[in-house]
Amino acid sequence: MNSWPILTLVVLAPWAGAALLGLRPGLGDRASRWLGLAFSLSTAALGAALLAGFDPARPGLQFVERHAWIRSLNVHYHLGLDGLSLVLVLLTAAVAPAAQLSGWGRAGPARVPTLLLLLLQGAALGVFLAQDFFPWFTCWELSLVPAYFLIRLWGGPGAARAAYQFVIYTIGGSAFLLAGFAALFASTGTFDFGQLAQLGRDGALTEQLGPWGVRAAFAGVLLGLAVKVPLWPFHTWLPPAYAAAPTGTVMLLTGVLSKMGMYGFLRLLWPLFPAQLHAAAPALLALAVAGIVLGAWAALRQEDLRRMLAYSSINHLGYCLAALFAVAAAAGGERPAAEAAAAALAGLVLQLFNHGVTAAALFLGVGILEARAGGRSGLGDFGGLRATAPALAAFAGVAFFASLGLPGLSGFVGEFLIFRGLFGLHPAAAVLALPGLLATAQFLLTAWRRVFHGPVQGAAAGFSPLTAAERSALVLLTVLMILPGVAPGILTSLTHPLVTAWAGHLTP
Amino acid sequence: MSALPWTIYVSLAGATLLLALGRASPWVARGLALATALAGAALGATGAAGFTAQPGLQTLVNIPWVAGPGIRYHLAADGISLVLVMLTGLAATAGVLFSWNVRERAAEFFALYFLLISGVYGVFLSADAFLLFVFYEIAIVPKYFLIANWGSTNREYGAMKLVLYSFAGSALVLAGLLWAHAAGGGQGFGLAELTRAASALPAAQQVPLFGLLFVGFGVLAGLFPFHTWAPTGHVAAPTGVSMLLAGVVMKLGAYGCLRVALPLCPAGFAAWQPLLGGLALAGILYAGFVALVQEDFKFVIGYSSVSHMGFVLLGLAAATPQAVAGAVLQMFSHGVIAGLLFAVVGRMVYERVHTRRLDHLQALGLHRQLPFPALVFVLAALASMGMPGFSGFPAELSILIGTWRTAPLWALGAAAGVVIAAAFTLRVLQVSFFGPAEPVAPTDAHPPPALDPITWPERAGAALLLAATVYVGLKPDALLGWILPALQSPALQPILRGTTP
Repeated sequence: MNSWPILTLVVLAPWAGAALLGLRPGLGDRASRWLGLAFSLSTAALGAALLAGFDPARPGLQFVERHAWIRSLNVHYHLGLDGLSLVLVLLTAAVAPAAQLSGWGRAGPARVPTLLLLLLQGAALGVFLAQDFFPWFTCWELSLVPAYFLIRLWGGPGAARAAYQFVIYTIGGSAFLLAGFAALFASTGTFDFGQLAQLGRDGALTEQLGPWGVRAAFAGVLLGLAVKVPLWPFHTWLPPAYAAAPTGTVMLLTGVLSKMGMYGFLRLLWPLFPAQLHAAAPALLALAVAGIVLGAWAALRQEDLRRMLAYSSINHLGYCLAALFAVAAAAGGERPAAEAAAAALAGLVLQLFNHGVTAAALFLGVGILEARAGGRSGLGDFGGLRATAPALAAFAGVAFFASLGLPGLSGFVGEFLIFRGLFGLHPAAAVLALPGLLATAQFLLTAWRRVFHGPVQGAAAGFSPLTAAERSALVLLTVLMILPGVAPGILTSLTHPLVTAWAGHLTP
Repeated sequence: MSALPWTIYVSLAGATLLLALGRASPWVARGLALATALAGAALGATGAAGFTAQPGLQTLVNIPWVAGPGIRYHLAADGISLVLVMLTGLAATAGVLFSWNVRERAAEFFALYFLLISGVYGVFLSADAFLLFVFYEIAIVPKYFLIANWGSTNREYGAMKLVLYSFAGSALVLAGLLWAHAAGGGQGFGLAELTRAASALPAAQQVPLFGLLFVGFGVLAGLFPFHTWAPTGHVAAPTGVSMLLAGVVMKLGAYGCLRVALPLCPAGFAAWQPLLGGLALAGILYAGFVALVQEDFKFVIGYSSVSHMGFVLLGLAAATPQAVAGAVLQMFSHGVIAGLLFAVVGRMVYERVHTRRLDHLQALGLHRQLPFPALVFVLAALASMGMPGFSGFPAELSILIGTWRTAPLWALGAAAGVVIAAAFTLRVLQVSFFGPAEPVAPTDAHPPPALDPITWPERAGAALLLAATVYVGLKPDALLGWILPALQSPALQPILRGTTP
């Protein structure tokens, strides 16, 4: 079981690259970039090995590594991987190299930003693989550090405030998450996710913490995760941070870090507190639907591409949250809703992957525009780009239509399954969320038309062609938007047993 | 084990020798000081190597001193003492390295410095309350001279305020000890005898007695609302002394609360517990908010010390094994981290740019000119915010766990304290080192200031303290393995609720 610590390697490989960069202060920009790219690709290489060795038929954890770490706190170094973790590792494998490549054209020293991106990548991977609260929370918090400095030091206007807000909001949530786990440990004496989930299923947690204790712990964990995803109305840190962050950072923020929060909902909140989540689900579902609708409407009103995409992220993650809350609300109901629940959950996991790739691609496109427009990213700063930058227009077209859910591209399958599940579980929520879908189509098409169509104007004139780095990053992400659209089975086969097991728990 | 008392003697010998050297060259004084500090640290480590964790104090020396009132020269150690002895060794060594640039009467400076250190070692190793009190006073007096002679901003005021508060606290402690001694029929000042005598007192007497002892020691630990000496004193002190004040001297107070006040009066503690928890939380939150609005770099760190010591006091007030273990771990952790923060502010930054005003520092964007201090401060700030991977995290986590068992609302308050700590630490980090996003182009009128390069003692001191906080952060068992058995001592059983994990 502990034969070959491949999961440790997954986490440590990017950090090894960061350490290497940190120890060589004199390293040139070119060498730094290639080193960063090479180490960011380590996840892809190791992910391929994981994919080869992964048994999709088993819903439980695989490649498990478990060693005693801190005996006085019963902490274990415990890594493991199931279908959900694997999908998110693969997502990181795709987004991280693209994020590295996005910075290749930027002027200024490359060593430190490259190093910080690698740190961020390793921390996110640690979150997806850790199965004990202590290492999980370590990576969860450590991910803030490189993100903060990337935004603070290399961000655009307003970066100082945005970075501070981002970190304080997130820590504000995770301090209560920490208190929640302290409460769990005080009663159970364990930090192991598997053991805690078992206690949660048995109802033993409620017994040991008391009705109010378990509610307080639930609220603390919920708050920590809700800020991270974010769940409306805990989203206010997000638009400024996404607007100010450098391109590679925002790609990782929206592509990978926002998935950390969603992963926490699936790995921690739901398994540990099924009864509490069931009780709170109707209210949370209302918030998620509010996020879907208001996020899309807010995106509609933006005049800046980055802010538009930021609100669109809130909208897209709202679908994931709505799917989970609808399933939790339906749990234990009279009608067997396992099939609808399985559809919603399968859609959720697909949506995590697809939104990660698509949002990263869209922000990469914005970064490419900014690099040629002196940092501007207003919708009115461009026009007719289709004529002057046909290649970019083609790539962006795929990303725009994937984002709005055109059949044949990746976004469609996930959203279709989520709505299919939502209609089965909670038709009212599905109907209320529909305006969000329409508004999404509207703002994406409007942006597409204003930037790429019409007469050539603004920064669109004299648009320099895509560099090799930009082109490689775009090709990588575009392939991953088309492939799951045409053959969603590639991803769903990995998570099918897991989703079936989740849905199976619903009926008592 | 038997090496531990020599930490006191070596420090005293170093102090005497330095005093005898008088006006010797600073290099001789520094060399001797570093040797003394390292010898103390090495003796502490030797003692630790031969230590087997078990409940209760293990006697090192026990001879009669003053026969009449039964005062004995009784030194003893358990896991808690050992953790703090190790901390003292680290802090003293780092403090010397960051005092390397003291030129004016250097031998005298270091003589007082080691007199203070010998008192600190003595307090942590005393098993006789009177002896503990004597060492406690030895640690207080040199502070005045160190601050008043070698300090900076408002040094006479800071020094006098600090010493008056300290003496007022000791007066309360002394009154409490005499009361307990009388209650025991004048049998002796040994902690075991006093505990037996005082814990047999009726609750009506234990309540005021506990108040005298806990508040008396608590003054030195920064117990709200008697904490105001700490920020002014820390700011006025020279860097090496700030490091010791925040790093170990505040721990003397917390140690006294744990070693003397709690075991002596279990019934008194029970009555005081809700108030103490409230005061500890008030300290965490109030000092945190005050730190958030300071305009002087060093005051931010000074108030942050009060806020962090609030976690120690909260852990003691919660009185579960997890919480108290977390409090002791937090004492160690804060000792190291506060030392680092003061070193960066007082030595690495202030003595190069000669300002601590945050608005001035902001305009300089110091991370470009001082990359090493910036890196050290980033790491120290992360440790101070309670980031996992550093020693503060297991300490705060243990305190949260243990506090939850006593009073869930306290744990929520402490979580709010963690957020405020993150807010003020991040603010000062952002303003002090990472000023404007774009470098201000140097003009002829404003050439970029030429700053002295970072010296090797600064690098060594920072590396030492960083290594300690990271090591304990990743392997808290190294210290918890000593602390937890010590909490099973019979003296603490009437106080601690719940089982030791």
